[in-house]
Amino acid sequence: MELWNSLELWQIVAIKVIFALMMIGAVMTMAGYSVLAERKVSAWMQGRVGPNRTVLPFIEHIPVIGPFLKGLGVFQPLADGLKFLFKEEIVPGHVNKLYYYLAPIIALVPALTTMTVLPFGEFFTEAGDRIPLMLADLEVGILFILAVSSLGVYGIVLAGWSSNSKYPFLGGIRSSAQMISYELAMGLSLLPIFLWVSKPGIDVAALSLVEIVHSQDQSMWLVFVQPLSALIFMIALFAETNRLPFDMPESETDLVGGFHTEYGSFKFGIFFVAEYAHIVIGSAIFTTIFLGGWHFLPWMADPWPSTWIGSILGVVWFLTKTIGLIFFFIWVRWTLPRFRYDQVMSLGWTKLLPLALANLLFYVILVTWLDQPAS
Amino acid sequence: MNLIDFLFLVFATLAVGGGLLMIFSRHPVSAAMFMIISMVSVAGLFVLLESFFLAILQVLVYAGAVMVLFLFIIMLLDVGPEGSKSSKIKLLSGLAGVVCFGILMVFSLILVLNSYPECSSCAVWPTLDDNNLVLGQSLVFSTSVKSFGFGLFSKYMLPIQVAGFLLLAAMVGVIILSKKFVREGNPS
Repeated sequence: MELWNSLELWQIVAIKVIFALMMIGAVMTMAGYSVLAERKVSAWMQGRVGPNRTVLPFIEHIPVIGPFLKGLGVFQPLADGLKFLFKEEIVPGHVNKLYYYLAPIIALVPALTTMTVLPFGEFFTEAGDRIPLMLADLEVGILFILAVSSLGVYGIVLAGWSSNSKYPFLGGIRSSAQMISYELAMGLSLLPIFLWVSKPGIDVAALSLVEIVHSQDQSMWLVFVQPLSALIFMIALFAETNRLPFDMPESETDLVGGFHTEYGSFKFGIFFVAEYAHIVIGSAIFTTIFLGGWHFLPWMADPWPSTWIGSILGVVWFLTKTIGLIFFFIWVRWTLPRFRYDQVMSLGWTKLLPLALANLLFYVILVTWLDQPAS
Repeated sequence: MNLIDFLFLVFATLAVGGGLLMIFSRHPVSAAMFMIISMVSVAGLFVLLESFFLAILQVLVYAGAVMVLFLFIIMLLDVGPEGSKSSKIKLLSGLAGVVCFGILMVFSLILVLNSYPECSSCAVWPTLDDNNLVLGQSLVFSTSVKSFGFGLFSKYMLPIQVAGFLLLAAMVGVIILSKKFVREGNPS
């Protein structure tokens, strides 16, 4: 920290900007490759091959490795991105121009902002302290994530409204209703977690994501302590990221393309990437809260040493869990059919919300009972 | 001018400007968007005061929930840009605005001029521990989440219960008002 204080203001700002750009690069890369994963996994599940033609010219001629990478479709995201960039920009004449251009940006920015408070590993100092790797260690990290991700709905609503045509408008209206409904269940499912983690006598900063991860070090993962909270959070996460079985805003069989029907080329690409960025961040949040973050396995000490090697292995382990969850997202999408709109609403309000409330009450009573002084 | 002052000016301009533009914009959707800008800027001002919890609540409750509902309703009703109102209403609302602004300025000036630091030797950010919280009748000033919770569930227990009861009453009222009861045998 002495190093930190000796820096000029512009140096601190520059370092922060570089870190932020690195993080954006990492998340956007993961989002791009999630698109590829979606296409490949769906292909394998349906007995197809999936993207297997795109390749860079010079890599094609490397023996063994070249054809292998080509078959996996590793270069497909690159081609997709270029395609979005170079397509003709068509703006329909009946749209509200300002909000039409603004909507994709508003959809992407909250998805990328939530990662500032996401811890993804830890760094061991010489003195043996553990410093979490994250852009900003906020005391109220989880609330920040809930608040910023709740802003993401504006992108969809504005896109639907500014398109000034029927199907996108229906998509926008549906999504705003859906997101408001499931936000409640999501917030309520997280309350018992924080009740459980901030036990009396332990001085934790009550809503910090780092403390959540530390509490799972060499003890049970919270997914085993509170399976119901995890389930509700997972379902709400599916609804908030607009993934099947909750992809009401863009159910293509009844709404053409949903809220982005009138969008083409790069503006559609931004919506597309924003959805996958949401999935990546959502998986990372679930890993942090319920799956022990960067810690190895429940009840086990981390097998890696407390040096920089350990830091890297911890981050890799965190990424492994996150990628596993992204696979789960894709798996569910290609397995379950879509809900009807009224089913989504009744599930959210009459089943998930009371369940989350009951879950909260149960843990309130349980924690109170456990906290009783033994007299 | 250091960074904090500069950011204060930026957020203050955005908050006030957003508020003014909200009033003067003709299209309801634009007005709602300017209101969101204003609210997020106020959250930025809270961040500059190192009160992260308040800032996040501001975004979560107002920008994230209330304004989404506003926008939802504006879009459902499909309100377009309004025609010009009659000059009488305009004059009246202008007068009311000037009077309200004047009253606000007078009271805030009184508050600013009368305020003085309670003790000059106190630390700017007093540390929060259980002794500080329990000892005095007045709560120690602090921005941490824990002190919010402690304050709400000790000193302000009665107000929070009353507020909760009011909200419950409002909720029941909405359900009764919006639900159409159909009498049996007399479908209307």
